[in-house]
Amino acid sequence: MALFNQSRGNVIKVAFLVIFVIIAFQLLNLQVFSGKYDLEAKRNALSAKVRYPDRGIIFDRHERAILNNTILYDLVVTPSEARQTDIAGLCQLLNIDSTEFKKRMLEARLKNGPYRPSVFEDLLPPDMHAQLEENIHRFPGFALEERPVRVYPYHAAAHILGYIGEADSNMIRRSNGYYRLGDYTGITGLEAYYERVLMGQRGVQYMLKDNHNRLVGSYENGLYDTLAIAGRNLHTYLDIELQQLAEKLISNKVGAIVALDPKTGGILAMTSAPYYDPNDLTGSNKPKNYGHLALDVARPLFNRSIRGQYPPGSTYKPLGALVALEEGLITPASDYDCHGAYFGCNRPVKCMEKWAGHATNLRQAIAWSCNAFFSDVLKHTIDNPKYHDPRKGLMQWKQYMTAFGLGHRIGVDLPSEDAGNIPDTSAYDKEYRRSWNSCTMTGGGLGIGQDKMTATPLQIANAICIVANKGFYYVPHFVRSVDGNTDADTALLNPYTRKHEVLTHISNELYEVVISGMQDVVDQGTARVAKIPGINICAKTGTAQNKTVLDGRVIELKDNSMFVCFAPRENPVIAIAVVIENGGTGATAAAPIASLMVEKYINDTLRTARLPEVDRIAQLNLMPAHLPRLQYKADSVRAIQWFNLTHDSAYIKKYVARRKS
Amino acid sequence: MSQRNPAISKGVDWVLIWLYLALVAIGLLSIFSVTYRDGDSVIQSFLGFKTDYSKQFYFFIASVVLGLFILLTDSKFFTATANIWYAVGIFLLLLVFPFHTEVKGTESIIRLGGFNLQPAELCKVFVNLALAKFLSRVETDFSTPRSHLIATAIILSPAAITIAQKETGLALVFFAFFLVMFREGFPAGYLIAGFSIGVLVVATLLIDKIILALVLSGIGVAMIYFMRKQIKRKRRLLLSIVAIWGLSIITIVFVVPFLFTKVLQKHQVERIFSLIGKENPYAKLNTVEGEEAPAAVKKDTDYNVRQSKIAIGSGGVTGKGLLKGTQTRFDFVPEQRTDFIFCTIGEGFGFIGCALVLGIYLFLLLRIVNIAERQRSVFSRCYAYGVASVFFFHIAINVCMTVGLAPVIGIPLPFISYGGTSLLTFSTMLFILIRLDADRQMVLR
Repeated sequence: MALFNQSRGNVIKVAFLVIFVIIAFQLLNLQVFSGKYDLEAKRNALSAKVRYPDRGIIFDRHERAILNNTILYDLVVTPSEARQTDIAGLCQLLNIDSTEFKKRMLEARLKNGPYRPSVFEDLLPPDMHAQLEENIHRFPGFALEERPVRVYPYHAAAHILGYIGEADSNMIRRSNGYYRLGDYTGITGLEAYYERVLMGQRGVQYMLKDNHNRLVGSYENGLYDTLAIAGRNLHTYLDIELQQLAEKLISNKVGAIVALDPKTGGILAMTSAPYYDPNDLTGSNKPKNYGHLALDVARPLFNRSIRGQYPPGSTYKPLGALVALEEGLITPASDYDCHGAYFGCNRPVKCMEKWAGHATNLRQAIAWSCNAFFSDVLKHTIDNPKYHDPRKGLMQWKQYMTAFGLGHRIGVDLPSEDAGNIPDTSAYDKEYRRSWNSCTMTGGGLGIGQDKMTATPLQIANAICIVANKGFYYVPHFVRSVDGNTDADTALLNPYTRKHEVLTHISNELYEVVISGMQDVVDQGTARVAKIPGINICAKTGTAQNKTVLDGRVIELKDNSMFVCFAPRENPVIAIAVVIENGGTGATAAAPIASLMVEKYINDTLRTARLPEVDRIAQLNLMPAHLPRLQYKADSVRAIQWFNLTHDSAYIKKYVARRKS
Repeated sequence: MSQRNPAISKGVDWVLIWLYLALVAIGLLSIFSVTYRDGDSVIQSFLGFKTDYSKQFYFFIASVVLGLFILLTDSKFFTATANIWYAVGIFLLLLVFPFHTEVKGTESIIRLGGFNLQPAELCKVFVNLALAKFLSRVETDFSTPRSHLIATAIILSPAAITIAQKETGLALVFFAFFLVMFREGFPAGYLIAGFSIGVLVVATLLIDKIILALVLSGIGVAMIYFMRKQIKRKRRLLLSIVAIWGLSIITIVFVVPFLFTKVLQKHQVERIFSLIGKENPYAKLNTVEGEEAPAAVKKDTDYNVRQSKIAIGSGGVTGKGLLKGTQTRFDFVPEQRTDFIFCTIGEGFGFIGCALVLGIYLFLLLRIVNIAERQRSVFSRCYAYGVASVFFFHIAINVCMTVGLAPVIGIPLPFISYGGTSLLTFSTMLFILIRLDADRQMVLR
């Protein structure tokens, strides 16, 4: 019997063997030939935690940190551990009700699951943080987590420094995968322009997580982790005290101030009004504050220093004079018999001075800003006898203006600079169908810096630097040096170390004549208010007409008050351009501001006698009168749009009520 | 200890003992690597009876003690009491119905104090003894259909009771004993027929019913055509062909849907379909009560096998090393101490480790078959084949399940999986075999 079926024992052995071989093949397949399971196991268990570097610090010329980092705190919650928490107490501390509490807990649960911490309230205000810190033991499952935030200790230079925000989808796409969702990046200002320097390098820490997504430790003791490398610091030419003074002086006004160091092109101060406290755009109130700023029709987020396009007005006159002198069209002794207007063309150009003899020579004409004189100069420039063709004359003039840095972006180290406008033949061809002559622009006021000519305050300041330097300039810029300079940084800063000798072919004597005229402006001419004992200031006032369209009608606005100057004459260390929109004449609003700034910068302090003047100007309200109307219109239009979207009459009620009353 | 005592050690197969110790050691190590947490004191927790590996360790001691008792028992005791044990087993199985406690959806456990008794587990030993006893009787002529029927009944009655207790996995184990019967001369035709039905069922799941029926009909017609001369001589041949065709069609149309809607539980059906990668067409028709909702079940079954494959696959050739497996350490694989313990080996020690463990198992199985063939008494041989069959079934199904070759059936890996009852049962089976083998020269009836 036993022998009878013995072969079947072997059959069974073979069957065992076959099954084991099948299993072995499947194991080979899973473990040796298929690579995907290793990846999947890593995806299961590894969690890459991004470590954000501190952004670089920005210093002013005296190494004071004007943009720094600080730590704020987020309140984070791990929902699974928060069951015993004192809900009523927490709600009271955070000023929320229990429904809001439940809502946020649900959000946290949905966002990161119950076993991982999620942000419950971000960027706690300091007093709330202090209270929570003391009582945190009462709220198990809640913890305070550090979060680095940008801080501006001087509350100044908002437009220059800019702000940071989360990178949007466009930026993420363009960065070739460098930025990820939730990364912070510079949005405007130096933060944006020097992003590559300031941002530092993100670090990664690999953590192990279990099947509940709980982090349970570091992976391979941090072998594959990379440390975050802090961003590098910027050293600028800015003088933060000068900047603060500039902001104080321009408060309650619309306009811009730019102060340059003519020798280096370094920007000492730059302000655009209305401005805002840069700290408003960090921390928890950013969205709210940003909303207010963005919807304000006075456009506080708009940097007028590099984007505002103003007709330079009379501040152009020194340039016009230099062009005509170099071209040999006038001499320092040229005069014009002005009696209150220029009648050389069919359309008279009015002059502010009517008394005889205010334009007996070039110096006088500059000092008293004679419109007639400079209209005549421009007419001669266009009708340059060298060319016998106003088209060539105009193009030659434009070439000079381009050399003065007008009509094109000069390349300051801030994003979105504007070019301004210097008209050429095509502009006039287009408007006058090719039938124009030198009187067209002279009558329009091109000779006194108006007509189609616009420039940014930065460009105007830079042009004055060229006059002060007698022919050369450095591209205006903020950053003097970068910590830990790399080749890429050198390339970034190279344009600012190049000397542009654009107009050195004009002889020093000719410059001296114009500069003397500019000194006379302060000593005896239109801007005597700007005089500072002991400092020879060379300046030029400007008063540019402007108009706007409001409610379908063109209305004449108060003139823009302009002022340019550099000082001291012998060795210029500061050049300033001031524009106060609707500020009246150059001497009333802009000149005192520039004077105070020159004194502050050169003497490092202001005389006590001048302090009331600072307060007076700071209090002086020159906000354009049409702004409230404009604001009302913008707000009510937006309210109607919201109403159409939501059908919630609360949006329009206050406007309806106001119309009735 | 036992080596010094000639009475016990005489005739004992030391190879089996060493293989047994090796497997238990691998098991302890695997359970340790799953449950150990950094900072635990290893020796303290091993002795403390708090952790799973400690419990398993004490169960191992208990198994060895039990094994010593078995080795001290006279071989005749097992032949003499085989039928009594079987009766006790059936009685315990029936006791489950009034006294069971529901644990994780199964109704097969009696709770005695702090100890969970699962009679179906113990029945493996008793059925093995009883089957061996029946086949070794002098009056049994295993070529008659009557004896086939009795042997099948011995095997399948506990299986039927176990299915009624919703423990299909354990019930399937009893089918392993058909291997014993095969060895003792059970006609291969029956097994082939059974296997064919299995193939037919799988084919029904994979292929559209109508196409399958048409193909089968075509084969039938072709057979009749090619065998027309034989059929002329022997009319019964035609009848049997038609009968087989009829049975196949009935299987396709009635039996399979019945099986999948009325016999198997919903989650078991889901597991089968998730293995072949198809939607369950019987989901709505299934009237067998399942404890889980269908959606959760589907996710659950997929999840287990996928995580298990990830764990084993990520081990690579050499593995991540002891306590380094992220899949098993951080609970991604469910049931990894018990049914999915093979993942731990696969992830920690890679293909080499898996091959080593499988090699030990294969060696064990072949060793048992060889031992079986050297027995003089039919009882011992049948018993040994029973042990080999049960071990093989457990190993094959368990490992195939973890590598995604078989549907998820919750049965443990012998000697390695965590679980006191299963370790005691498998040890008992093995030690009885060693005892019987020690007396291989004796003829036991």
